[in-house]
Amino acid sequence: MKKTHIFGLIIIAIMVAILVSTGTEAGTYSDFSVAEKMEKDGDADAIHVIGKLKKDASGQILGMQYDPVIDANHLEFLLIDEKGREQKVVYNQPKPQDMEHAEQLVIIGKMEGQVFKCQQVITKCPSKYQDGKVDLQGADKAPKTI
Amino acid sequence: MLHTTIGNIGHLSLIVSFVTSLLATYGYYKSIKITDLQEVESWKKFARYAFYTHGLVIVGVIACLFTIIYNQYFEYHYAWTHSSKQLPVYYIISCFWEGQEGSFLLWIFWNVILGVILIKTNKTWEAPLMVVFASVQAFLCSMIIGVVIPWVNIKIGSSPFLLMREVMPDIPIFASNPDFVAEDGRGLNPLLQNYWMVIHPPTLFLGFATTLIPFAYALAGLWTKQYKEWIRPALPWALVSALILGVGIIMGGYWAYETLNFGGYWNWDPVENASFVPWLTLVAAIHCMIIYKNNETALRTSYILVIVTFVLVLYSTFLNRSGILGDASVHSFTDLGLSGQLLLYLFFFLIAAVALLIYRWKNIPTDDKEVSTYSREFWVFMGATTLCLSAFQIIAVTSLPVYNTIVQNLGFVSKLAPPADAATYYSKFQLWFGVGIAIFSGVGQTFWWKKVKQETLSKYLLTPALIALVATALIVLLSVKTNIAEIYNNFFYILLLFACVFSVVTNGSILGNIIRGNYKLSGGAVTHIGIAMMLIGILYSSGYTKVVSMNMTGFGMRGEDFTKNGNKENKENLMLLLGQSQQMKDYMLTYKGKRLEIRGVKGYFNRKDFDIIENDFHAVALKDIENEGKKIASVGDTVITQSENTYYEIEFRDPAGKVFSLYPRWQNNAKMGTAVSPDLVRAMRSDIYTYVSYDPITAAGGEKEWGKTQMETMAVGDTIFLNDFVAILENVARITDLKDTKLTEADAAVQAQIKVIGKDFKTYELNPIFAIKGAEIATPVIENDETGIRIRFTNIDPKTGKFTFAVNTSQPDMIVLKALEKPLINVLWLGTLVLIIGFTMAIFRRYREFKLMRDKGLA
Repeated sequence: MKKTHIFGLIIIAIMVAILVSTGTEAGTYSDFSVAEKMEKDGDADAIHVIGKLKKDASGQILGMQYDPVIDANHLEFLLIDEKGREQKVVYNQPKPQDMEHAEQLVIIGKMEGQVFKCQQVITKCPSKYQDGKVDLQGADKAPKTI
Repeated sequence: MLHTTIGNIGHLSLIVSFVTSLLATYGYYKSIKITDLQEVESWKKFARYAFYTHGLVIVGVIACLFTIIYNQYFEYHYAWTHSSKQLPVYYIISCFWEGQEGSFLLWIFWNVILGVILIKTNKTWEAPLMVVFASVQAFLCSMIIGVVIPWVNIKIGSSPFLLMREVMPDIPIFASNPDFVAEDGRGLNPLLQNYWMVIHPPTLFLGFATTLIPFAYALAGLWTKQYKEWIRPALPWALVSALILGVGIIMGGYWAYETLNFGGYWNWDPVENASFVPWLTLVAAIHCMIIYKNNETALRTSYILVIVTFVLVLYSTFLNRSGILGDASVHSFTDLGLSGQLLLYLFFFLIAAVALLIYRWKNIPTDDKEVSTYSREFWVFMGATTLCLSAFQIIAVTSLPVYNTIVQNLGFVSKLAPPADAATYYSKFQLWFGVGIAIFSGVGQTFWWKKVKQETLSKYLLTPALIALVATALIVLLSVKTNIAEIYNNFFYILLLFACVFSVVTNGSILGNIIRGNYKLSGGAVTHIGIAMMLIGILYSSGYTKVVSMNMTGFGMRGEDFTKNGNKENKENLMLLLGQSQQMKDYMLTYKGKRLEIRGVKGYFNRKDFDIIENDFHAVALKDIENEGKKIASVGDTVITQSENTYYEIEFRDPAGKVFSLYPRWQNNAKMGTAVSPDLVRAMRSDIYTYVSYDPITAAGGEKEWGKTQMETMAVGDTIFLNDFVAILENVARITDLKDTKLTEADAAVQAQIKVIGKDFKTYELNPIFAIKGAEIATPVIENDETGIRIRFTNIDPKTGKFTFAVNTSQPDMIVLKALEKPLINVLWLGTLVLIIGFTMAIFRRYREFKLMRDKGLA
């Protein structure tokens, strides 16, 4: 075997290692039940959970607490995951802007006892300019739609 | 009246540009295929004029679209989506490329310019080069041609010249009034209203466009069997491309650093990555092309890398514009349904290039000699390999959404998510590649310029390594002593630092030697020093970012959380009440209030002094506005402002008593929700990066929420609690003068003096008034932002001598602030400048070589 071949093999080995690590270390989109099971199994990896804020019939958000006077670094809220499970979530950061308006949230973190501790909250906001709902200034006298 | 003519001209020109690019492709192709010399010339001439026509028509298309945007013909969807009346001219230019179609046009435009330059500077390469160029143009034009093939009903491309009523025919207004024109457009995303965004996109697209040149040369070389000759003309262009693309990427990073609040210049966002990866492979390609001049082994690799670079540019275009990234990126364009066309574009050139390469593979000269580890080629090749591995790791992770889509299209379930903490995840790998790049750049350059043999190894490499080791130790010591970074605690960081210092030492010594000879050859050494400096800047600024807004006051923390987790509970954000000072690191901070900007005037002005007209870009001054002694506006004057931007004035007082203010920003961005921008204290040693992480009032839509009205009846001297403040009614006195109304003898007015005492015994005074004028009673509302108290003097009871006040309280005006210290970030920017200088020197050198050979008739 020539030196160049050995060199090539080493490169391929590194590439394979990178691919394997990408596959195994990439996060997964999951839910709270899985997060709970992971905690029981001692798996400390963070996972992504997609969910919606808990709201009452009139659209009021329930169970959200954030008061910067008391603690600027403590946010609590209730999230309902895609399987319908409700969970208290704690986020040790200021409340993300626009969180209330978000259609959907992606939170990244893990269960710690009764609460889901998250390190990151990604808000998915509905764009104010969705197709079909257009605010044409001066189009008519009707109230502006957003 | 709708301005339909200009759109029709534009659309027609687009179709002509598409057809002429096809004609040029065909003409140049013909000129290669036939052998009759006279006919070759006439085909070439034909194709050349077809390409010139194509270029002229493209300029026409751009002029049409720009006219539409500039004159704000809002009957056009493109103008309505991307422009608005409030935009100054320099941002109207940015509107042009905010949308997919405009950015394609920009790209096409650059290709035209480059194509013309290539026609003018080449003698023998023109035809095969331009076949590639013109066919790329045909693909790009097809993206925005916007025609429907009637018999199969397939729509090709998305035209920027569509009218509103063509894009959104279902809006009721068009049924009753087809000629309706919107009064104003949605405008340019306010986040992009920044000077960097005027120059960053054209630079980046010029970078993308220039990657086509080495690719075209490589294909031309394979096609016309000039397997080696393409390198010489392609090399200066590859350098130009790497320089421009690199500068474009850095500009984007600098903009992000100044404007976005993810805390830095690089977010590992898929779109950022997708533009960075081709840069890495391009730089690797350049190294192989340089090696080739001495050793033919690298020729095949040069082919592969040049092709890979261009294909990666196409791949990044696909990622960016097909909508496949979905929410994984903040940059991606809206999906125009071009995925199919983009894939076709990608696969056409991928397959064509790979097929041609395989077909000619056996004919490409190669050197079967064993490569010695004492050869310079070996070490440069190692460096190029490291660059490729780095690129591979980034693109492998960036493509996660693509794997999900492919797997799902095959009918399986794939829910891979991007790594939770992207920076840590990527750094884990890229740190090693950084070490490799720095080391190999030092060793490679040494082998390149000096005759290194076994016996001279210690002289040329061991000595610089020892110097670097000592220097690294000194830097570590100095970093710790001066409190810049606690770098001693991380072995891997020290290793990277050592690698960078080693690179600076070796390249520096080479630079010293070359400069004494011929400074024109020193481009490489300068560039490598630039890279090493950038890596050092990245290591310090990102590895040792320190949160300086730690809440050490004990106030504003939950008792139970304070000591939890070994006292590590997050305290990284500081609450600042309006007007109250708070210590942060070396500075005393005071939040002074919300500000706005007036267009054309330097400085920031108190929002309270203006009546901001909602959904408009005007504000009316409520009092005379002055700035630095100059009058800006009188009462009632209208000024131009951007009401969506709220600036927070935060006063910094340093230990020496120097006072300055920072103005971080919140933007109520109609396209993206709330966008937060930092402001920076810049210093050579470190930047302090500050942003407002929360503002309860603005987050609630700008309106304060007042609590229920409480009625407080007090005698002079009484004390009550309001909003956690102590309030004392100190006095009630008669006044003779009211601000806006004249009082006569028969009228009466009294004013209460209420002292409010807050934290640190800071006092505020509230002075509600009770006035009787004729038969009317006036009790104006007094509002105080610092304490969040609203008070009205409602009654006087002459019998008891008591006074009644109606009081509401709300959250006091406050912000939550986060501040980060980024040490030595300026070394990164400085390194960038060095890199640019180095690249420029190399370009001139390589271009001179090409010109000499060309004029001798050899290229």
